[in-house]
Amino acid sequence: MLIELEKRKEPSTAMLYLTPFIAVIATMLAGAVIFTLMGLDGLGAVRKIFLAPLVDSYKWQDLGVKAAPLILIGVGLAIGFRANVWNIGAEGQYVMGGLAGTGVALATWGMTGWWILPLMCIAGIAGGAAYAGIPAFLKTRLNVNEILSSLMLTYVAIQVLYYLMRGPWKDPDGFNFPQTRLFSDDQILPTVVSGTVVHLGVPLAFAVAVAAWLVMTRSVFGFQIRVVGAAPAAARYGGFNTNRTIWAALLAGGGLAGFAGILEAAGPFGQMVPQFPTGYGFTAIIVAFLGRLHPIGIVLAGIILAVTYVGGELAQSSIGLPAAATGVFQAMMLFFLLATDVLVKYRVRFAAPARAGDAT
Amino acid sequence: MSNDVKPRIELKAISKAFPGVLANDAVSFKVEPGEIHALLGENGAGKSTLVKMIYGIMQPDAGDIIWDGEPVTVTNPKAARKMGVGMVFQHFSLFEAMTVLENIALGMDGSISQSSLEEKIREVLHTYDLKLDPHRVVSTLSVGERQRIEIVRSLLLEPRLLIMDEPTSVLTPQEVGQLFETLRRLSKTGCSILYISHKLHEIRDLCEAATILRAGQVVGDCDPRQETPKSMAEMMIGGNLKQISKAVKREFGEDRFVADGLTIAGDGDFGVALDDICFAVRAGEIFGIAGVAGNGQNELLLALSGEQPSAHGNAIRLDGKPIASMDVTGRRSLGLCSVPEERNGHGAVVDFNLTDNTLLTARDRMGLASHGIVLGRAANAFARMVIDDFAVKTTGPGSLAGSLSGGNLQKFIMGREILQNPEVLVVSQPTWGVDAGAAAAIHQSLVDLAESGSAIVVISQDLDELLAISDRLAVINEGRLSKTLKVGEASIDEIGLLMGGVHGDPFATAQMTEAVHAH
Amino acid sequence: MTDSLLISIIMTIVGAATPILLAALGELVAEKSGVLNLGLEGMMLIGAVTGFAVTATTGSAPLGVVAAMIASAASAGLFGFLTLTLTANQVATGLALTIFGIGLSALAGGNYVGQTVDVFGSVFPASLAEHPVLRVVFGYSPLVYVSVLLVAGVSWFLRKSRAGLILRAVGESDISAHSIGYPVIAVRYMAVLFGGAMAGIAGCFYSLVLTPMWAEQLTAGRGWIALALVVFAGWRPIRLLLGAYLFGAVMTLELHAKAAGFSLVAPEFLAAMPYLATIAVLAVISARKAGKLLAPACLGKPFKPSS
Repeated sequence: MLIELEKRKEPSTAMLYLTPFIAVIATMLAGAVIFTLMGLDGLGAVRKIFLAPLVDSYKWQDLGVKAAPLILIGVGLAIGFRANVWNIGAEGQYVMGGLAGTGVALATWGMTGWWILPLMCIAGIAGGAAYAGIPAFLKTRLNVNEILSSLMLTYVAIQVLYYLMRGPWKDPDGFNFPQTRLFSDDQILPTVVSGTVVHLGVPLAFAVAVAAWLVMTRSVFGFQIRVVGAAPAAARYGGFNTNRTIWAALLAGGGLAGFAGILEAAGPFGQMVPQFPTGYGFTAIIVAFLGRLHPIGIVLAGIILAVTYVGGELAQSSIGLPAAATGVFQAMMLFFLLATDVLVKYRVRFAAPARAGDAT
Repeated sequence: MSNDVKPRIELKAISKAFPGVLANDAVSFKVEPGEIHALLGENGAGKSTLVKMIYGIMQPDAGDIIWDGEPVTVTNPKAARKMGVGMVFQHFSLFEAMTVLENIALGMDGSISQSSLEEKIREVLHTYDLKLDPHRVVSTLSVGERQRIEIVRSLLLEPRLLIMDEPTSVLTPQEVGQLFETLRRLSKTGCSILYISHKLHEIRDLCEAATILRAGQVVGDCDPRQETPKSMAEMMIGGNLKQISKAVKREFGEDRFVADGLTIAGDGDFGVALDDICFAVRAGEIFGIAGVAGNGQNELLLALSGEQPSAHGNAIRLDGKPIASMDVTGRRSLGLCSVPEERNGHGAVVDFNLTDNTLLTARDRMGLASHGIVLGRAANAFARMVIDDFAVKTTGPGSLAGSLSGGNLQKFIMGREILQNPEVLVVSQPTWGVDAGAAAAIHQSLVDLAESGSAIVVISQDLDELLAISDRLAVINEGRLSKTLKVGEASIDEIGLLMGGVHGDPFATAQMTEAVHAH
Repeated sequence: MTDSLLISIIMTIVGAATPILLAALGELVAEKSGVLNLGLEGMMLIGAVTGFAVTATTGSAPLGVVAAMIASAASAGLFGFLTLTLTANQVATGLALTIFGIGLSALAGGNYVGQTVDVFGSVFPASLAEHPVLRVVFGYSPLVYVSVLLVAGVSWFLRKSRAGLILRAVGESDISAHSIGYPVIAVRYMAVLFGGAMAGIAGCFYSLVLTPMWAEQLTAGRGWIALALVVFAGWRPIRLLLGAYLFGAVMTLELHAKAAGFSLVAPEFLAAMPYLATIAVLAVISARKAGKLLAPACLGKPFKPSS
């Protein structure tokens, strides 16, 4: 092979920040080529998906609304990934958070008061955290791989949602549709910019990201998360308890996913429906990586992924691009990021084969 | 073969560069048939790189390898083996979960049936009078037995040049004797041996010629039988050997650090339990724990440092206070600091900078964090202090721990712990893989710390090191600690026998092998 | 009557078990070489849609299976390039492959939703394959017999063959294998490609045998169950076979309970059963600690030779 990798003495900081952008641009280029080869309008698809939402100021509010849950979940997952805790069941924790908050909404139906919404949020956070507590328990007590357990629980959470929608929580006045009542005014997130759909959850998501940034860089807890992920033996030597860190990472990830869940339920949805799981929990994995597991990077990455969602819908309605195309673009972005990641630790040289033959 | 007049192998101006280092700079030397030739040099002098090129794992950037008078290109280890080069690695190239037979089969080129391979193995074992059971799983073997696998693997190929990379660092003195016997027999058959080591008295015992490397260059050659260890050491280091300054008559205080019946259950197949460990270290004393690798040293360090607490608090006492059930943080606050054997990923986080690495263990004792908030400026200042006081070669507190050389990172870790003024310091392998200059500095700092009244435990496989710095020592074998010996009164033979324990008992091994034969 | 019910239950179990067996068998080989490919679900979907599309276009199911193997192996090759050549994180790359496979298969399969295809004929004469009792032995898709033969083949390969010994060695200690002179990366590429091809057959089994049709996310998380199955089986092919049939039985429970009008428990609970059962099984296996020792020592760790 003509590509030679040469290890850098220290990882390149420039590349660390540059590669996410390289990945996005490479995705646009490769996407245009691939979609053209598939007989679709490749250039049009890229323009609609990546540029149209940015150009059209009317779409900016949608970007904020889509980015909010992605940022919240992404920040939570990044805490886990930093600690080498691979929670990939955020989708399930998001559903459970949404359900827990909905439970409060249904229980307080007919009541009024400012306290209802905060209570729903707390229930949402608790619901997501508790659901992530299951893989934490299984991992710390029984040594069960959290990747598999958290993912399995996502499928279970969706069945729980279906059960509640078809059974106990069905709207009694809803013509037998499998969905809950509409939330009341005191159960719906207020909009922060009048005349738009931008709800309170959007500034909250940004605030959470900033708070997470401070915690991760300035606190002993953040240090603990980083050490456990980078070198578990060193963490033990430094007096950090690995199991407690696993719990903290999963509870943080689950709690934030649950928070995102109730913000979605009390925001854009305004009720609970079987279509509630929209894949934010999985897309947030891409967000976390694209944002370099850094809360501020995740804000940017969340907005980029939100662009692809909004743009994907635009492309669907305007040029008839299939909905699945958005997912392909998102996955390609992660692929390109992982591929260019090599530039952080290695220098790539396009060299003639080594004198003595295949040295690598 | 014996009337061959050409050198078995000759290296001509071999060079190899890695990013930032010239590992080998125009290295030339030759090895005659049947010669036992030493390649001598400090850690990092370029010995391992050189032999990796002879064995085809790496390719030289420049220079020629002449084999039996013919220039050759060794593209990979397979080609090297085909030429007749065998190699026994310092870090064994073995597969833990597989049997001895499978491990040897993997070292053979071309398919060979299990039964005929086993027959050949038994032949070699018999010829060289070695003991090894082909059906044992490697993870259950002692280090000496593991090395025998590598040797048998090489002997089966009937090598004409056998490379031994630091073969004795893991053996008891008795096992070293056996190994030398095997090597001498082998050389009589005409096989050349390239013997890499930094242990000078061994080279004097075994080798007929020596090439000395320093910083990638050949700085001399000699006949080791005509030299003294001191003269060779000075060629190797390129200067005078620094002596440790240690007060001859020393007063010790009360028992400060006591292990009293410390027992830790084993963990799975691979760990050795600790069984009723007892010792006492007095104020101002350095207490050595000798032993062959894998006899419970790691477990002992973890138990003493608090990384593996025990249920019985009284099993370890610091100034009379039971601490065995405390965690790391609790013990640190009482003044117990530790340095583990492995630098990378245990003693330090290689992906973190030096400032962050001070936070790892010094955050409470040195006030680098308060109320859960990291005090960046304090951490940075402490890192700088460690760097200055311990002459750590680095660009500053912001450089990654992984970018430091092994010796400099070890100095940093030792400095980080010593500057916390510990009441008790437990260190494992303080100078493993460290060059002589750094090793001398580390030894001196341990002696100085002891003189200030701290109690120090040094766990090491390097007996010379323990004899040089410790006041008393004990030997760990299969998780049990021997009686305490006074340094200066104990003989090497006595310590060696203790180190061998059951493993070194030739009778037990012979019996086992016979049982297998009968089967 | 009960006999024929029993026979149809057995046949459903075998049908449910075969695809996860195939996928898990490929993953087992990849993991034995030290590579953890979490993209199983994505590769299966790519195989499922390719197999269906090619069969629908050419009318030949065997051709569909071959195409599926190639397509899934190609996606595994992409995974290999990222993790083996570029040393990317295996967990993250596997997740990316799954997300990619879900999206790509949905995109490529858009035109095939609602179509049906002619699938395999039986390898045995109708007198056996449709015999009321003997069909329990002879009445399956050829892929079922292939899967059992492959288990035997892989088991022999890993335990007895020299190539299998080398593959295990690479997964056990990449550094040692490299220093003796084995091409670690090349061996891992081959294992990963084999894993991909097997996932391709597994995917086809859904789109060409079980349903037979194409729908988005047809595999419904079975790829993840196959991953769990490898852990359950302790990386041993024969135990994989037993485990797959056990999981097949759990999955079949849902279908038969529904068919029998079993209404004491909510249908959603039955649908969640396979996933809950997987967690329960993992908990039992992992808690026994033995699992840790059985796993290849280098599983999931990137390898970069220092030269």
